[in-house]
Amino acid sequence: MIRAVDGITLQIAAGEFVALLGASGSGKSSLLNLLAGLDSPSAGTVIVENQSLSGLSREELAKYRRHTVGMVFQSFNLIPSMTVLENVELPLRFAEVERTKRGALALSALERVGLSGRLKHRPIELSGGEQQRVATARALINQPRILLADEPTGNLDSRTGTEVMELIRRLNESLKMTVVLVTHERDLAEKYADRLIFLADGKVVADQPNPARATAGTKP
Amino acid sequence: MKLYDSIELAGRNLRESVLRNSLTTLGISVGVASLVAMLSLGIGLQQLASRRLQRSGLFDSIVVTSRRNLRSFDREQEESGPAPAESPDLNEAARLKIENVAGVVEVYPDLRFITEVRFEDKPHLTMVAGLPSSSKDGDSFEGMQGRFFSSEDAHEVILQKSFAAELLGKSSRGPDEINVGEVAKLLLGKQVVMRYAERESSGGQDAASYSVISREMPLTIIGVTDLDPDSMRGSARARLFIPQKLIEGMHPMQAYDMRDSNGVTSGQPIYSNVVARVSGAGKVQPVEEAIKKLGFNTFSILDASKGLQTFFKIVDSFLLIFGSLALTVACIGIVNTLVMAILERRREIGIMKAVGASDSDVRGLFFAEAGAMGLIGGIAGTVLGWVIGRVINFGANIYFQRIGIPAEKIWAVPLWLVGLAISVAFVVSLVSGLYPASRAAKLDPVQALRYE
Repeated sequence: MIRAVDGITLQIAAGEFVALLGASGSGKSSLLNLLAGLDSPSAGTVIVENQSLSGLSREELAKYRRHTVGMVFQSFNLIPSMTVLENVELPLRFAEVERTKRGALALSALERVGLSGRLKHRPIELSGGEQQRVATARALINQPRILLADEPTGNLDSRTGTEVMELIRRLNESLKMTVVLVTHERDLAEKYADRLIFLADGKVVADQPNPARATAGTKP
Repeated sequence: MKLYDSIELAGRNLRESVLRNSLTTLGISVGVASLVAMLSLGIGLQQLASRRLQRSGLFDSIVVTSRRNLRSFDREQEESGPAPAESPDLNEAARLKIENVAGVVEVYPDLRFITEVRFEDKPHLTMVAGLPSSSKDGDSFEGMQGRFFSSEDAHEVILQKSFAAELLGKSSRGPDEINVGEVAKLLLGKQVVMRYAERESSGGQDAASYSVISREMPLTIIGVTDLDPDSMRGSARARLFIPQKLIEGMHPMQAYDMRDSNGVTSGQPIYSNVVARVSGAGKVQPVEEAIKKLGFNTFSILDASKGLQTFFKIVDSFLLIFGSLALTVACIGIVNTLVMAILERRREIGIMKAVGASDSDVRGLFFAEAGAMGLIGGIAGTVLGWVIGRVINFGANIYFQRIGIPAEKIWAVPLWLVGLAISVAFVVSLVSGLYPASRAAKLDPVQALRYE
């Protein structure tokens, strides 16, 4: 049996910006999936806001993903047959938000990520940076308290990657969102995260405050 | 997820791979069409049979006899009800009573006698019967030459063609060899003289005292029937018909008058049997029950037609089985399409789960897709089945006309069949969606998101 994540104990405080660093196969994405409630550990527990995820039913886990966490992926994971607006609205359908309120909510989420035009376009008609903004807007739409980002800049050039990271940093600061960023780019992590956690072979090899941002002070 | 959201997303997904989903829907509609076509033919044939039987006048008629005659049609009736001696007479008062039973259109006594008819001074012996004017709409007069009686008591006569041939001295030929047009041409408008015995009551309370007077009546031949209107009577069937009111007014001596001569009745005539016509075949049974309660014996062809109904039920179920085969194949098509859709949309399912879709949301989505295909396929299939039925009907009628049978509607799509076909398609599609939907719902989101 392969242990993607093995014997990890860590605590992330509310409002923290944490970067999970490691080479590919180090288990950082698996750890993120555990936090997202997409996967469940064979042993041990994930406790979010005093609630153990392992005690939740599949239905309750879906609700957790819907309201507590928002996810951003490397490959954007937008649904190609839907327009920008429909993609952003999608979580609202599962949350059974009234149809009349959805448009306004989606628009304000898109404005927050700096994308208010091209609402009727399909994802394929947008640039990578724009697609990731749409994905971020979708992650924000249900106002989650935790944002999980899995290599969000992996498919972007450095300029748009920076834009997206700036956006995530802003969300962390203005909305007091907890951010867990998975990346293998140390520079990126050092530039934006408050805390760096290094993983190798499914184990934490280092967990330290970001020395580059120490001046800004660690968050509670 | 709310229902309309599921439906909307399902509609979007169906449009995304429009060719494949259209082909699957076409499969369902062909299945439903075969079901509808088969059943509509079954129903149509059944309706045709009952329509023809109805028009024969046999299915809306009840023969009523007095229990006194000891001439009942089945033992059960003999054993229940009043004893023969205590049961009422089948006289004019009884006739009125039966006429007042709900659902009865008319009641007429069945009057018939064997007598001598002279045509061109040659005597011929035959059975004569009264015919009410209501019977002219029946099938028995199909192909009749001449016309029906001008009034209920006209001195007119309709001949069965074999008797007509006999009058012309052609009696040796079989009924199929007689050309009704040929014999009618020679006979219509000519006169026959009918001899009969009138039973004349000599007054007083004693019915036993009556005299019999021999009379003669000239009658004009106005029609010759091709078929045998009185076929139900078997050996007692008449070959010469006169208006019902005319025969009633004649007070002819009836065979059973002799038997009743030591009876206890008043002077009015007693009938051996009367025929009650009801407003429809459906009324036969309740009317029969009501008449039995009056103390008479009854008989109707409907009693005998129960076997026919069973036969049609068997035919229908066979047609249903054949029709269902195509629908079963169509269901496998739905399962296949949806399983393919799961493979194709694996990643999309993963995304939906990642952004908060529950298992039941995903299941509902696939259910909605299956249901939509079923509903559309059901509606299209019903229309298609209706068209196929029409085409078969059209083709059959061309064939009928070629072999000299009048055009008939052998196919029928009643409203309940439309409703049944569409709901069967819908339900069956949902059942077909059961497996794919639960498979999609159970998909592991992590693996699904990894899928390219």
